[in-house]
Amino acid sequence: MKQVWLSTAVIIGLTGTALAEGKLNIYNWSDYIAEDTIANFEAETGIKVTYDVYDSNEVLEAKMLAGSSGYDLVVPTADFLARGREAGAYQDMDMTRIGNLGNQDPAIQGEADKMTGTSAAGLVYMWGTTGIAYNEDMIAERLGADAPTNSWSLILDPANAAKLEDCGIAILDAPTDVLPNVIKYLGGEGTTTDADAFEQAGEVLNGVRPYLRYIHSSQSINDIANGDICAAIMWSGDAFQAAYRAEEAENGHVINYVIPDEGTNMWFDVMALPADAKNVDEAYQFVDYMMRADVAANNVNYVWYASANKAAESGIDPEILEHPGIYPTAAASENLFVVPVYDARTDRAVTRIWSRFTAGN
Amino acid sequence: MLTGFLKHYGRRIVITLPLLWLGVFFLLPLLEILQVSFSEARRGVPPFKPLWEFESGQFFFQGTVENYLLLLDYWEDYFGPVLNSLRLAFISTLICLVFAYPMAWWIARSQPQFRLILLILVLLPFWTSSLVRLYALIGILNTNGFINNALIWLGLIDSPLRMMQTDLSVYLGMVLTYLPLMILPLYASLSRLDDSLVEAAADLGAKSGQIFLTIILPLSLPGVIAGCLLVFIPAVGEFVIPALLGGPDQLMLGKVLWTEFFRNRDWPVASAIAILLLLVVTLPILYARYQDVQEDERETR
Repeated sequence: MKQVWLSTAVIIGLTGTALAEGKLNIYNWSDYIAEDTIANFEAETGIKVTYDVYDSNEVLEAKMLAGSSGYDLVVPTADFLARGREAGAYQDMDMTRIGNLGNQDPAIQGEADKMTGTSAAGLVYMWGTTGIAYNEDMIAERLGADAPTNSWSLILDPANAAKLEDCGIAILDAPTDVLPNVIKYLGGEGTTTDADAFEQAGEVLNGVRPYLRYIHSSQSINDIANGDICAAIMWSGDAFQAAYRAEEAENGHVINYVIPDEGTNMWFDVMALPADAKNVDEAYQFVDYMMRADVAANNVNYVWYASANKAAESGIDPEILEHPGIYPTAAASENLFVVPVYDARTDRAVTRIWSRFTAGN
Repeated sequence: MLTGFLKHYGRRIVITLPLLWLGVFFLLPLLEILQVSFSEARRGVPPFKPLWEFESGQFFFQGTVENYLLLLDYWEDYFGPVLNSLRLAFISTLICLVFAYPMAWWIARSQPQFRLILLILVLLPFWTSSLVRLYALIGILNTNGFINNALIWLGLIDSPLRMMQTDLSVYLGMVLTYLPLMILPLYASLSRLDDSLVEAAADLGAKSGQIFLTIILPLSLPGVIAGCLLVFIPAVGEFVIPALLGGPDQLMLGKVLWTEFFRNRDWPVASAIAILLLLVVTLPILYARYQDVQEDERETR
């Protein structure tokens, strides 16, 4: 009995000091950090971290726009961050407080800064591409050995899509990650804001719509891993997660991810501070910790997205570092583009075209 | 002193507390949605202009009906999802009714000591998260799911049947989720049914079909109506079930509302859709209720 009392006292004592060291509320994408990153940070600093996750930028944005979210650090994609800053939902980050700032890849950070229009918006955590994930055997079975797996036409050409209908095609429910790539497939510029180009892209999507299983952003991870669908427009990291799950399950499905030759968009998820963050000092401490090379490398090895942390590369699993789907080759990099932050008018046009595509009229 | 106080105010406290609860957690949010539906969208926190403002001693009202006009302008974009919602909800309600009626009848007619167990069995699914049940359903219906694997193993089919992302999968999800809401009110009205009426009809030579149509069904009608409303109203605004089980052809209003709210960041238009949905669902019910009352008055006169 005495021992029980003693341990209770110890626990109370411990929580007491933890409280004294402060707390931090983080809101990040699901499956987007190594399993021990938070625990190590807590052990190192004594800061008590509350870690919540979301699975779409939209959900995060709605919380930021409503205000008083209670979060001190969030990780929006750069275009959402730019719009959120315009609405006054984010505060500037004082980069002089980040001791490990030098680890950051200036090229990647520079692209994100271009989108937000400032170098104080936040620090890029990871970046990735939109591409095609496919089931090797199922595609070969239906389209032969010379299937165009290195081109958007695999999914966007109705002739191919029709042949894949029975094994299942899915497309991301993310207009700004799909429409610019359809434009690129048509030979246009992915960075365009021309209304006609979007209309034409919408037409192409409507042409393959009859063959689509669904339009959804996270469902395809499980489905492609289980062989319930055979090809999907997906985000790079999600595709690797699916490939990993299939491998773990030993179900015989081999999932590949390619950046199509026509090119694709790259996106950046940025660690940023909400305007009404309360535990700002702790948030800076955490960002600095995340910028450490060993911590960044550990995260990459777990989530299989490319880090913006240049110094981390020596600690990253060579299999990831040499994978053209994660760290694109120099040739592929030339066709990568960054979707600009749309003005309100383009935004509405894009959503209208997308709504019509999803609603099927 | 205390008993005197309770005697005096007790009844009022008992009524006021739930009213207060409803007012704060039901009426206020509804009014807030109504208010937002008449305000103007903007980029800011929150993403709409307040409906009224006090500035330098002056009162500004800045309401607009533009959000409703926009729905009118683009009615074609909303019409399909509205039809989908009504169709999927209506047929799901019908299936629930057809399944629930005999079940409720059977429970109501079973030995009293078994009734409680049977009712608990009806409610049992509610004790697990509906999300878990829906994912289980996905596992059963998928291309590589339980049904397809079983049928292929039995040699009944060669290639898997496509069941997910169809009307069928959405109906199954809806019925799985809402069936208890249909059984309970039906059970309530069927268990109160006076057996002597059925016996009297049988004694007078009515066939079982006749007894059902002229005695049982009319007397259980309040239960049928209550059950249908309890299923139809949440089903028509359903978001999760079509999102998980449906495909592009099962797009419902709940998702359209999501798109306006999250993707267009247009909270006012999203609110306008929510208000319209509310009117579409409640006005017919209010009208039917009004007709009922009129009829009652005529009868009593």
